[in-house]
Amino acid sequence: MQLFPCPFCGPREESEFHYGGEAGNLRPDGRDVTAERWAGYLHMRDNPKGPTREIWVHLTCGEFFAMSRDSVNHKVSGSSVLGEAEHGA
Amino acid sequence: MSASRLTTGGSDIDRARPLSFTFDGRRVEGFAGDTIASALLASGQAVVGRSFKYHRPRGVWGSGVEDPNALVDVESAVGRVPNARATTVQAVEGIKVRSVNASPTAETDRNAVLDRFARFLPAAFYYKTFMWPDWHLFEPRIRAMAGLGIVDSDWKPRQVSDQVNHHCDVLVVGAGPAGLAAAASAAAAGHSVVLVDDRTHPGGSLRHRAGEVDGLDGKAWVETVVARLKSGGQLVLSDTTAFGLYDHNLVALNQRHSDGRPDTLWRVRPRRIVLATGAIERPVPFANNDLPGILSADAALSYLRRHGVLVGREIVVATNNDSAYEPASALAAAGASVTVVDCRREGGAQAGTGVRVLAGRMVAVARGRNAVQGVLLDDGTTLAADCVLVSGGWTPTVHLFSQAKGKLAWNDQLAAFIPGEAIEGIGVAGAVAGAVSLSEALASGVAAVDAFGSSSPAPRGSGAEATLGVVSLWPKPKAKGRVWIDYQSDVTAKDVELAARENFVSVEHLKRYTTLGMATDQGKTSNLNGLALLADITGRGIPEVGTTTYRPPFTPVPFASLVGSRRGSMHNPVRRLPLEANHRAAGGVFQEYGGWLRPAYYGGGEAHASIQEEARRARQSVALFDGSTLGKIEVIGPRAAEFVDFIYYNTMSTLKPGHCRYGFMLSENGVVFDDGVLVRLDEHRFIVSCSSSHVAAVHARLEEWRQDRFGRDAVYIHNATAQYATLTVSGPNARQVVEALDLGATLDDASLPHMGVAVGRFAGNEVRIARVSFTGDRSYEISIRADRAEVLWARMQQEGRAFDAVLLGLESLMILRAEKGYIVIGKDTDGTTMPHDLGVAGPRTKRASEFVGRRSLFTEAGNSTDRNQLVGLAVREGEAPLATGAYGVEKREGRPKSIGFVTSSYQSPTLGRPVALALIERGAARHGETIDIQHLGVVRQATIVAPCAFDPEGRRLHA
Repeated sequence: MQLFPCPFCGPREESEFHYGGEAGNLRPDGRDVTAERWAGYLHMRDNPKGPTREIWVHLTCGEFFAMSRDSVNHKVSGSSVLGEAEHGA
Repeated sequence: MSASRLTTGGSDIDRARPLSFTFDGRRVEGFAGDTIASALLASGQAVVGRSFKYHRPRGVWGSGVEDPNALVDVESAVGRVPNARATTVQAVEGIKVRSVNASPTAETDRNAVLDRFARFLPAAFYYKTFMWPDWHLFEPRIRAMAGLGIVDSDWKPRQVSDQVNHHCDVLVVGAGPAGLAAAASAAAAGHSVVLVDDRTHPGGSLRHRAGEVDGLDGKAWVETVVARLKSGGQLVLSDTTAFGLYDHNLVALNQRHSDGRPDTLWRVRPRRIVLATGAIERPVPFANNDLPGILSADAALSYLRRHGVLVGREIVVATNNDSAYEPASALAAAGASVTVVDCRREGGAQAGTGVRVLAGRMVAVARGRNAVQGVLLDDGTTLAADCVLVSGGWTPTVHLFSQAKGKLAWNDQLAAFIPGEAIEGIGVAGAVAGAVSLSEALASGVAAVDAFGSSSPAPRGSGAEATLGVVSLWPKPKAKGRVWIDYQSDVTAKDVELAARENFVSVEHLKRYTTLGMATDQGKTSNLNGLALLADITGRGIPEVGTTTYRPPFTPVPFASLVGSRRGSMHNPVRRLPLEANHRAAGGVFQEYGGWLRPAYYGGGEAHASIQEEARRARQSVALFDGSTLGKIEVIGPRAAEFVDFIYYNTMSTLKPGHCRYGFMLSENGVVFDDGVLVRLDEHRFIVSCSSSHVAAVHARLEEWRQDRFGRDAVYIHNATAQYATLTVSGPNARQVVEALDLGATLDDASLPHMGVAVGRFAGNEVRIARVSFTGDRSYEISIRADRAEVLWARMQQEGRAFDAVLLGLESLMILRAEKGYIVIGKDTDGTTMPHDLGVAGPRTKRASEFVGRRSLFTEAGNSTDRNQLVGLAVREGEAPLATGAYGVEKREGRPKSIGFVTSSYQSPTLGRPVALALIERGAARHGETIDIQHLGVVRQATIVAPCAFDPEGRRLHA
């Protein structure tokens, strides 16, 4: 059972969290977005081995945040509130 | 085998407290402190069970968790436990112990004949043989013949298992010399310590092997250390197995109790872990090495010194290392005649008086039927024996280290894998780390703690130090006879050879093909012998072959322990209506709908008739319905209108305050995710009314878009679903009933039209009245503070009486909405349904602003012309309703093909005929066509019609 640091609540067990996707997967707006670009946004994931940056939500407080962790050894290096890198704005 | 109890000795037993229990119906005597296995041995019981596959007789082999043979079903006052290890379960007065996989008893098992056909039943025999005509024909009988204990299907928990969460600085697993030294050192350095051991008494090998620490006798030193830990406030848990080591240093412990309480699960989150888990003695490969009376040498010593049991009178000890000499000498001193057969040319130097040593020789064959009677050596010598002790070296118990993703390193000197590169925060000490002598073990315990940043002197062994001097003695290919590798799974050397011949040369494939290392012991005694043999056959080194993956649990853990109190409604709590008691008083029959407990129908009558009657009467005059489960999520803020525009498929920002609008929410892949009514209370305040079972998911989705796209300051979201009850009045006379409630709101159709919202008051509380209809009749949804709903509901029923009002359960409501073609998301839609499939195509083509899922509506799939679309289905006059889930079928190129399916189907009491909704390929353009509907082999015809079967002009909404 991993411990994840919610930026608002501190370390909590992983069962209180849901995965929200890879960080930086910015949404392209409009009906004229190319099929490839839209498919990339919807489906294409890097699934990196090693260091990752991901969006998670702490279900008990409802906050979405970014977390850096390693997908191999499960070490968590930190978490932060959503910033421009995640919004693209 | 002629094991017996000596008249003296046995540190674990209390001879003043005799007890008795039954084994396969026979009375067995023992003492308090006996395990079931030690009592069975003391009573001379050689055969304690039958093997999994061949029904071979098997006896006690080990003295702890490693034992592969002595599995028993134990029935006591607290219930029946299947597949308990007789070597770890304490004997208790009056318990009933049954051998497993044996009938009627272990000694007289009627399936024992199977073993005579063993040569026809190698590994994978079943897969290869029972293929024709169908494995399932044979499976039940084969399963009945093979297997282990019997699960008590009537088992009920008498008491909930406790579960404890605990934090500490240092957790030490194993209370042998290394673990005790580590715990004492950590405590001295000021750490909070938890020390766990799976035995009843701490001490590990010091409880039965000679040892002296800092001048104290080993056992006395153990007691001193434990007493000091306890008096220092440290936690010492005995009878407790650390069975799993999980991410971020979570260690799971299962604690057994001797007072009848169910096991306790501990979740310990230590900052540091010291694994002092010891090592397990390996069997020695020779033919028939599974006969009862063949035991681990260390176990024999343990039974002698802990339980005062002499395992035989005429004992042969087969070994490849020094550790077997202490048992040999001790048994000789206790009166047995002992011959050591040591495969090393030099033999061991330390044989005690009366021990004969045959160096440079090996046991080739064990003889006997239901118990060992003698051995044949490789030089042709035969020796009579009623007991053979084996020591093939020691396998470090690396399970927890490996579970923590630790890499193992092969150690030639020990002929074993030991923990390799250190893992941060996890130390290893003692035999698991390769320590042989007592001083090494003690020093490694202290060093493991020092690595965390303290420093203290280690205790020292002050007596003779143990040596090992082990040489390889692995099973060899092409050996004569049946050399058993895995006792519990009935795997022989020949099975491993067969697997290798058939190219199952990966150790993971070997395991799955032969079942080597499976079952309840997970190969604790067999894995290394098996993979060493595979290495030999395939010409590889042992490290190259590697081990299978170690996974939790280390030993079986009762589900009751893992579950704790999370059973039934504590596991899956239902949500309850504020007015549940009132509905029950009115005869409501409750069912669970999407996590909510709701009245399905009212009255004690037959379900179908009651539901039909409710639906019929609802159309006649007026119906009352509790819709409190509907979502009520408030969206507030300066960008709220922009937000709901983005969230909904339909344009919502044009909605005027005091009105509501029906719309869809889509997923980003364009699929309809939820539907419902959005209420606009004022310029910056909306209420999202979503499906009852979707509230949590919709709320999460709104939060995600709010935080990701709009910002915390621009929109605020509050899920107020549980704060309000929503009570609905529906039917031709609905307005008269609502007027009689005297809510202080103007109810005429100009002020409160269909899809209008008004605010009123009832008994001093504000109520919200929405003209929203899920029945197709004029309806008023009245929302009030949940804690004030009871009075309003009573008043509604009272005023309804004059109009013959009927209470609607959820089932009749489903009929009413289906008559109207109103959909339920997830029932009348599936994971491909887009809004234009449901006849709502406008926003797709006309909307200019962005919304969730928009781009996906224009993909190749979204633009396809042969999509499944919502339709109604009419059956021929006088026919019964179609089955929900029945398929529409069409012949294409001579083969039947699915063209969709029935999503909802009911008998309509008002129309006097069935109504049905379906998703049918190109359905919207096929009204009037008759298609085949197939269900369970029966084909019927149905005509595609519009989804709405009742009042298609919608006059009753305004009537």
